[in-house]
Amino acid sequence: MTITSEPLTTQGAAPRDLAALGLRESATFDRATIADIQRAAATGVYDIRGWGAKRQLPHFDDLLFLGASVSRYPLEGYREKCDTDVVLGDRHATRPLHLQTPVTIAGMSFGALSANAKEALGRGASEVGTSTTTGDGGMTPEERGQSKHLVYQYLPSRYGMNPDDLRKADAIEIVLGQGAKPGGGGMLLGQKITERVAGMRTLPVGIDQRSASRHPDWTGPDDLEIKIGASRPYYDTALAVKSGADVVVVDGMQGGTAATQQVFIENVGIPTLAAIPQAVQALQELGVHRKVQLIVSGGIRTGADVAKAMALGADAVAIGTAALIALGDNDPRYAAEYSALGSAAGFYDDFQDGRDPAGITTQDTELASRLDPVAAGRRLANYLRVLTMEAQTIARACGKSHLHNLEPEDLVALTIEASAMARVPLAGTSWIPGAR
Amino acid sequence: MVTLTAPETSTDTNVETTLPAVSTDSFSVDLAGSPVRDLNQELHNAIDGQAWTVTSPGGKHSLAVGINADVTVTVEGHAGSYAAGMHQKGDVTINGNAGVGLAENIMSGTVHVKGDASQSAAATGHGGLVVIDGNAGARCGISMKGVDIVVGGNIGHMSAFMAQAGRLVVCGDAGEALGDSIYEARIYVKGTVASLGADCIEKPMKAEHLAELGELLAAAGRTDNPSDFKRYGSARNLYHFHVDNSTSY
Repeated sequence: MTITSEPLTTQGAAPRDLAALGLRESATFDRATIADIQRAAATGVYDIRGWGAKRQLPHFDDLLFLGASVSRYPLEGYREKCDTDVVLGDRHATRPLHLQTPVTIAGMSFGALSANAKEALGRGASEVGTSTTTGDGGMTPEERGQSKHLVYQYLPSRYGMNPDDLRKADAIEIVLGQGAKPGGGGMLLGQKITERVAGMRTLPVGIDQRSASRHPDWTGPDDLEIKIGASRPYYDTALAVKSGADVVVVDGMQGGTAATQQVFIENVGIPTLAAIPQAVQALQELGVHRKVQLIVSGGIRTGADVAKAMALGADAVAIGTAALIALGDNDPRYAAEYSALGSAAGFYDDFQDGRDPAGITTQDTELASRLDPVAAGRRLANYLRVLTMEAQTIARACGKSHLHNLEPEDLVALTIEASAMARVPLAGTSWIPGAR
Repeated sequence: MVTLTAPETSTDTNVETTLPAVSTDSFSVDLAGSPVRDLNQELHNAIDGQAWTVTSPGGKHSLAVGINADVTVTVEGHAGSYAAGMHQKGDVTINGNAGVGLAENIMSGTVHVKGDASQSAAATGHGGLVVIDGNAGARCGISMKGVDIVVGGNIGHMSAFMAQAGRLVVCGDAGEALGDSIYEARIYVKGTVASLGADCIEKPMKAEHLAELGELLAAAGRTDNPSDFKRYGSARNLYHFHVDNSTSY
């Protein structure tokens, strides 16, 4: 450290300025880690938060499309047709879901989200012809009323589980795990267990609710749609297929949660990029790839991510965190309020506290009323259209007349890690680490 | 298709659009020669008042699931896993034993097993009454949400784990970790309890509890004396996360 003759003032200084003063931050004990230790020492409880894994992970950013060339023939942008529809569940279901875009809305509960937010998700999804999904806590009339295609999650907790609601659903998703916490149950802290939420879940008002991590009456895979938190997707997908599932959802560790221990979010599960090829391999070996549909979720943000997931073998994707952002989550116009909560727009992840200034991850009546479900639904529809058009743009450039025609051959990897996980060659080479 | 014998008392089955709202018809289904899926479909189409008898069940799984009419179903023999699952209405009697997940997620109505039931009986049940004359295996009433369960014999370990609402009555003994992490369900045990789970404690038997227990025993057709039972429920110490409770889990 350099000693200067001037008084050293570091308050509010940017990291670069601190470095200029000769201060060095530890890569092992960085400021976030130090703050975590200080917080644990002060409170005696582990950190619980929302969102998904925030650590740097091999992801879709580490893949690139090759596009057309002399050996490939592109389609004309905005001229030649590139279809985007997808049929989910045509193996066994008598009424499969026919969606107009392969971007679906992942399961998020009423309880974790406000009723207005659930309604907005239904409105936005229905406007573009895609599906939305219930979550822990059962089906609300707001959601059913506004969702053209509603998938009912059958979760380990069975909160709000009702055969009448099952019959009202357009599809049933049996949840076995979640990418943010494979092997863990959900949480909903007391701040969000209002009278309505508690009533739907048969719980006392205001308690810290712990959801079950496994179906209480299941001890194996003996027994439609199955959602798996990615940890061993090759075996899990195979077992789901053998059980008769029409659709398998694989959720990578970047997939979000309303409330889970940070240590769980950041350290359990595998990246979405690594999960897809394993699930696809299982489907291919069983001869059901494209017959049992694969939905991938966990960190989908752009049409490029959609296209890359589909090129790796997914039939559709699901978005959760991105959908909440489209509704208005982490909006800079609430900067002052995020600051008052000890957070900032772009960083806010305390979904468990129920004090969301944007009125999305809350059960507070006043905060929830800030979210106009019509306007928020419109924003989500806009975003879903952008994702779809971006994916089409890339697919046309690769010469594909349907998003489903994207294939691994269209992709290369930027890093050795991504190459090994995604099982596509490192750019400029024919090398795939680990390939036999 | 299900093999149906002729109705013992018949209505005019040619006029489907004028089916009576309540029927006294009785039907018999022999599962030796017809698939369970067809039986269940027929039961889903059944109307109030009908009586169904299932013969040669052979321990098959998922018998009589999802019934949503006031019918009586009698299974003459042993049932496999998930018998009478998601039961919404009517009365199911199994004259034999039942496998894993009996009456899973039952909503209302009654399910009566004359023999023993395997693990996870009445798991996540929201309502109705499940009566097991014999013993029940581990995790009986796990995550129960309003169902009433009366077991004539013993129950296995981890029963009423995370039980949220409803009543569990055990006329024999209870295994280890009874009522672990229990919420607001009430447990009555006549015999011994091997051990109580986290946050489950013995609670005083007040007049109201003796009364409700008496009603439950009577509903199950039992003659046990309510005053011979002890009551167990939540200490409510684990309803909120607190570092001082970290060793309880």
